[in-house]
Amino acid sequence: MWRCVARGLRIPSRRSTSGDFLSHRFFSSESSAGRSSYTIVDHTYDAVVVGAGGAGLRAAIGLSEHGFNTACITKLFPTRSHTVAAQGGINAALGNMSEDDWRWHMYDTVKGSDWLGDQDAIQYMCREAPKAVIELENYGLPFSRTEEGKIYQRAFGGQSLDFGKGGQAYRCACAADRTGHALLHTLYGQAMKHNTQFFVEYFALDLIMGSDGSCQGVIALNMEDGTLHRFRSSSTILATGGYGRAYFSATSAHTCTGDGNAMVARAGLPLEDLEFVQFHPTGIYGAGCLITEGSRGEGGILRNSEGERFMERYAPTAKDLASRDVVSRSMTMEIREGRGVGPMKDHIYLHLNHLPPEVLKERLPGISETAAIFAGVDVTKEPIPVLPTVHYNMGGIPTNYHGEVVTIKGDNPDSIVPGLMAAGEAACASVHGANRLGANSLLDIVVFGRACANRVAEIHRPGETQKPLEKDAGEKTIAWLDKIRNSNGSLSTSNIRLNMQRIMQNNAAVFRTQETLEEGCNLIDKAWESYHDVKLQDRSLIWNSDLLETIELENLLINACITMHSAEARKESRGAHAREDFTKRDDEKWMKHTLGYWENEKVRLDYRPVHMNTLDDEVETFPPKARVY
Amino acid sequence: MATSLVRRALSRVQSSSAAKLILSRAHASEPQNQQAKPTAQSTHSLKNFQIYRWNPDNPGKPELQNYQIDLKECGPMVLDALIKIKNEIDPTLTFRRSCREGICGSCAMNIDGCNGLACLTKIPSGDATMITPLPHMFVIKDLVVDMTNFYNQYKSIEPWLKRKSPAAAGWEGKEIYQSKKDRAKLDGMYECILCACCSTSCPSYWWNPESYLGPAALLHANRWIMDSRDEYTQERLDAVNDEFKLYRCHTILNCARACPKGLNPGKQIQNIKSLES
Ligand SMILES: Cc1cc2nc3c(=O)[nH]c(=O)nc-3n(C[C@H](O)[C@H](O)[C@H](O)COP(=O)(O)OP(=O)(O)OC[C@H]3O[C@@H](n4cnc5c(N)ncnc54)[C@H](O)[C@@H]3O)c2cc1C
Ligand code: SF4
Ligand code: SF4
Ligand code: FES
Repeated sequence: MWRCVARGLRIPSRRSTSGDFLSHRFFSSESSAGRSSYTIVDHTYDAVVVGAGGAGLRAAIGLSEHGFNTACITKLFPTRSHTVAAQGGINAALGNMSEDDWRWHMYDTVKGSDWLGDQDAIQYMCREAPKAVIELENYGLPFSRTEEGKIYQRAFGGQSLDFGKGGQAYRCACAADRTGHALLHTLYGQAMKHNTQFFVEYFALDLIMGSDGSCQGVIALNMEDGTLHRFRSSSTILATGGYGRAYFSATSAHTCTGDGNAMVARAGLPLEDLEFVQFHPTGIYGAGCLITEGSRGEGGILRNSEGERFMERYAPTAKDLASRDVVSRSMTMEIREGRGVGPMKDHIYLHLNHLPPEVLKERLPGISETAAIFAGVDVTKEPIPVLPTVHYNMGGIPTNYHGEVVTIKGDNPDSIVPGLMAAGEAACASVHGANRLGANSLLDIVVFGRACANRVAEIHRPGETQKPLEKDAGEKTIAWLDKIRNSNGSLSTSNIRLNMQRIMQNNAAVFRTQETLEEGCNLIDKAWESYHDVKLQDRSLIWNSDLLETIELENLLINACITMHSAEARKESRGAHAREDFTKRDDEKWMKHTLGYWENEKVRLDYRPVHMNTLDDEVETFPPKARVY
Repeated sequence: MATSLVRRALSRVQSSSAAKLILSRAHASEPQNQQAKPTAQSTHSLKNFQIYRWNPDNPGKPELQNYQIDLKECGPMVLDALIKIKNEIDPTLTFRRSCREGICGSCAMNIDGCNGLACLTKIPSGDATMITPLPHMFVIKDLVVDMTNFYNQYKSIEPWLKRKSPAAAGWEGKEIYQSKKDRAKLDGMYECILCACCSTSCPSYWWNPESYLGPAALLHANRWIMDSRDEYTQERLDAVNDEFKLYRCHTILNCARACPKGLNPGKQIQNIKSLES
């Protein structure tokens, strides 16, 4: 009756049928565990997308639509990607609730970014937003509806009408409080409709870079059978998401480990603005699970131990719906000043119990359940204990508004890396600057996923011939993998990871000082050194999660080191980067993007200018001014 | 051993969906809260986990391996215990997980005879708990099973919006309106996270895993049948109107008891049957 309980190796079912297909064996150098051999399979595609979250899927759909032979490589089955956890919604000036204009949305985004966002990219995103959301609706996304049957839009943080003068905007389109889930499943459906070729549970290890500095593809490990796969392609699009797990307490999934960022860093290319890490005001105290900002959008209120609605003091106009960095800082101030709740006075209450039960049931069913399971709270009766929790990485792989990866070359700060693109949380376009507005990330991923596909269509034709891979392509990666797999030091992966997470949590927190950051640099560099002493116990090649978690740890460490050093260097307060010793924004010295390189296992910093220009005369640049809510 | 273990699993596939919603205060896992824990913790609370192990590199018989942990130093969910074991006792223990909040569907497994998500299932009281892979699935390693067939069945119901109105008629690029009432018809279906807890608890699916679509895929078939924007309702009904694909469901309703999201696939299957003429 038990069909089969166990099973040996079988021929992988998802092998590529297209492109040239080559398989050979590679013998690595002697290792401590003796000689290990790896089977290598070669593939050629027009385009390869790494990641099947919202950004990766939207890129893959676009590429398939344009007729490109596309492979989508993902370490998780697509609908398990972290986009699935997004709750609140996606911003677009559809104007379904009141008059709206994409320029107002753009103003809010520039202001939210604390003038670190590139205004050309922000213009592009906000102008494309209504089209992108309607496209999702046409794909079948089950949006919540208004009485007239239009897409329902709720209030969200940092959103205003008429350039901040017209009061709260209702711009966030949503499917109850499960928007990310609905979006991801809808996009996966579209990808299946287009017969996109998926390589599921393939773990991308490294980029394959040509000696001329162009990207020629990626090398990945098939988790199911341990074979290695070299994907050659004219365009490689990284959509691997954020690295929230560098911190101890994060709303991110265990799999948000910044792999794409680290692949780029290992290839000698820079990562941009990593010091800007968003703390979401309302992670559940203890568990870290998110309670969407939509709960405040629907009328939820934060209160301190005196029952005071303290946001009225910090942000008289926007109150509980001020920008996330502002709310998180205000909560931290309240706790510091002794007005936190609970026995340790170390968190804050989010009240939803004054909202009508029908509203909770129709618009916030998911978080009602989450609060019950993870905080033991009945939201109709009791407040939810919450705390600012690491949530989003504004920084990432620097790109222009087409999604092409850029770097500094000579005196060109916008020099394109041929063949390489990035989109989504892994990328830094930069539309979020120093602080992302809620519901702008789901927008970012679909707009720039699509932009990548369109750009590929502009510069390439399906089936173009490609340069052969260089002879030693991927060899270094295999040696590296083999070394990790056989590492036999004295520290477990989880041990080093916990240490790193504590350092980041303590030393790169909501408020920062020179002292905490210098100490942080010191400690995180030591954590990196300790990684050389890692010990693995699982030496197998099939579903070796010990090995994968160790590679993810290395990737996290690279992100963490660059984050800490970038933060230490930036001597101003801007958006999510709040320094107690430099409390003001300093546009003269610091209105520039940080670039962090990973060179010889050390961080080197450089800077590139912010794009203040807009794309055309449909809108004018918003010059910097003081940011008040 | 394997078969006896499995028989046991089969006879005990029942649910605890009620138990799953029992309110509980989350255990501290923040640095701040860790200080909040009482410092004088003299007593331990030891618990045994018997976990199914099978390694394709030594393809012998699968075994149950016992791990003992102190619940005083562990979060409240089964996933917390698995992660603790992997971190501190045995890094070779293999299972899928990602979101740890019951939305990604990665961590479905069989816990004390019931299918469920490890991240939403509270560690059962009692001194031993048995954890095995989803029943009747091919095992790749330990608790990781092969989901290929399940995913293919999902794809076979064509889970995307299909329209007959030509794009030129101008609907594309504009919102397709949907009344609140029509939208509400999708509730109870669109929330599915494709975890396979339902299908792998369904006796009909165990006997005919290839030919019977199973509760999850059929729930999705109904999700698109019921979507007022979709214009292929009849074709969708025809596509599943098959003795094997649809009519293997005998309304046993194990599926509803197993669903960690509180959905009722059996009811949705009834709905399809009632629409088939
Ligand atoms: C709890 C929560 C709620 C949120 N709510 C909102 C919201 O309401 N509105 C909003 O706008 N934003 C929200 N966000 C932010 C937003 O959801 C994310 O920023 C966004 O979904 C990221 O999408 P992505 O496609 O870039 O990456 P992800 O969805 O994280 O996908 C990453 C993909 O990369 C793959 N991958 C990673 N590494 C590798 C590798 N080495 N090899 C192969 N594949 C790899 C993974 O398998 C996955 O498919 C929320 C975030 C969280 C954590
Ligand atoms: S109701 Fe149908 S689908 Fe559900 S368990 Fe029973 S036979 Fe299976
Ligand atoms: S219906 Fe429920 S049990 Fe079945 S796959 Fe969906 S979420 Fe899982
Ligand atoms: S880890 Fe995502 S559902 Fe359990």
